[in-house]
Amino acid sequence: MRYIRDSLSQIFGNKPRRPSKEEQPSELLEIYQGKKGNLSKADVEAVRHEHHTGCCNKWQRRRWITLILVNVLFVVSYYFDVQLLEGALTASRFVGFHMADLNSALQVALAYKHIVLNLVIGTVTVFIMWILLGGRTFCSWVCPYHLLAEWTEYLHLWLVKKKLIKNHTFNRKVRGVFYVIFALLALISGYTVFETISPTGILSRALIYGPGVALIWVGALLLFEVFYSRRAWCRYVCPIGVTYGVVGVLSPLRVKYNAEACHHEGDCRKICMVPHVLDLTVRGAAYDINQDVGADCTRCGMCVDVCPTGSLTYEIKGLSKLL
Amino acid sequence: MSDMTTKKSKAKRPLSPKRKEQSRREFLRSSVLTVGVVGVSLLGIIPVVQGTSIRLRPPGAIKTPFDEQEFFASCIKCGQCVQVCPVNAIKLADIEDGFGIGVPYIDARAQACDFSCDGLQCVLACPTGALTHHLDYPADTRMGFARLARPRACLAVQGKGFKGQARGPDYEGLLRYDEVDRWNPISVADHPYDLELCDLCVRQCPIEIRITQCAEKAKQAEASGDSGKVARVAEQHGNECPPKHAIALEPFELPNGETRMKPVIKEGCVGCGVCEMICPVESAAIVVDLDKTTDTLGG
Repeated sequence: MRYIRDSLSQIFGNKPRRPSKEEQPSELLEIYQGKKGNLSKADVEAVRHEHHTGCCNKWQRRRWITLILVNVLFVVSYYFDVQLLEGALTASRFVGFHMADLNSALQVALAYKHIVLNLVIGTVTVFIMWILLGGRTFCSWVCPYHLLAEWTEYLHLWLVKKKLIKNHTFNRKVRGVFYVIFALLALISGYTVFETISPTGILSRALIYGPGVALIWVGALLLFEVFYSRRAWCRYVCPIGVTYGVVGVLSPLRVKYNAEACHHEGDCRKICMVPHVLDLTVRGAAYDINQDVGADCTRCGMCVDVCPTGSLTYEIKGLSKLL
Repeated sequence: MSDMTTKKSKAKRPLSPKRKEQSRREFLRSSVLTVGVVGVSLLGIIPVVQGTSIRLRPPGAIKTPFDEQEFFASCIKCGQCVQVCPVNAIKLADIEDGFGIGVPYIDARAQACDFSCDGLQCVLACPTGALTHHLDYPADTRMGFARLARPRACLAVQGKGFKGQARGPDYEGLLRYDEVDRWNPISVADHPYDLELCDLCVRQCPIEIRITQCAEKAKQAEASGDSGKVARVAEQHGNECPPKHAIALEPFELPNGETRMKPVIKEGCVGCGVCEMICPVESAAIVVDLDKTTDTLGG
């Protein structure tokens, strides 16, 4: 229950709540206590160094391959008329079965105020699919804008490191505000207003049906993220992320945090697109020795890759018990 | 600073002036971001209000000649209709159509819908009902209505014939010619004509082609003497055989008393745009108007 409540609260922009000492089990407090003074900077650095030389970005590589494959499947289906995955990310047919992007379907339902059976089938199918696969997994494993933004993010980080620019943050609550505004706009105006500026839809269609003027808007967003605010669209604007975030609340596929070996050095929070979900890795901030990362997490696996102590891992809730 | 002296407690500590300033700025930035992004998204209304987003739409599009709101709202912008069209007539609008971004349209002069899929595939592919399923046959469609816009440019009106490729050798448009290939549309450039009097708009009209085919079937059925067959064809006349003519060449008299022929658009026209596509003069003498359909004519 606390997981659901805290996840929703974080998705709509609240700061993660930190537990009081009374709320934490004594074993956890002992672990925290045991680390005090026992972790020298040199030790942490040594483990980190060993981790970085010994390994690679396993999950990032898998994720990029998956994301590219899914999008290429759309393109190939159309160009070679193999009818595997017809349509675009907003709605499609996978070997004949209807699929509809939840946010696009919501926008259409609000604007049109009428839903046909095919859309219901497609929406329910996709809803169940993303419950099983983790909700915002859509963002990091499928959305083409995420990949472009991830690449341009490296440029942003380099510019910040060179002190050429400064990163500007926004209040995370603004994403919830956007969500409500775009829902109301669809309802009142009768147009799917958000689709006009959705880089996910624009990019998906551009890939499949050929590029257009709309790509200028996507370019402008990327420039904004490079020079002004890190990952601004995904962090502060995109309603698609909110929709899938809420779905992910019910998902058994999560990233699990184990406090025992954690060095609390914060590498995971530095690379994370939604670092508030990793607030529990701060020393003293976890509720339990094992705690699941909130549903605003995109399950991208960057933290799993970067963690030198293996404290962050993928888990499928319930399945680990069965096995 | 004051917060240094307060005891650590669960109650919110007052922010330091620096933090206060930071959070004030963040709030301002966030407000500007909200106004900016929502503002940009609302720019999409401009082409809608100006009417520049109105286009020829695929069969079954739920719209009236002047109001495409319902169509824009119900379309999920996925392009599945684009993918099933055998003549690639359907394109998706770009961002200059504002709210109409990603919504399918047809540029008839480049490639019209000739219904060569027979089954209205785009309608069947549509997941949201933006192309309504209350539509069974090409003759049920209401896309627009053809008009002889430049009668003086029309070859038939001039009494001229036509020889060669209707739209020149570089034209990439496709049409289905039943006599060449019943199932696959071919390039118009690969199908040259030799006509004593140009009647391309009538000859290629998908509605007229179907009416002719139905009439032939009826004749064959009658000749066979099988009453069941006759009945079946009669039944067909009620549905997939277009009930009304769409276009015909009709005589008219010039001021000097000479008789010429000109294409006259009839009630059965659905506005598919094939006449506009095939018209060999530049620019087309016959065009499809979007502001009316055969249903809205009478008023």
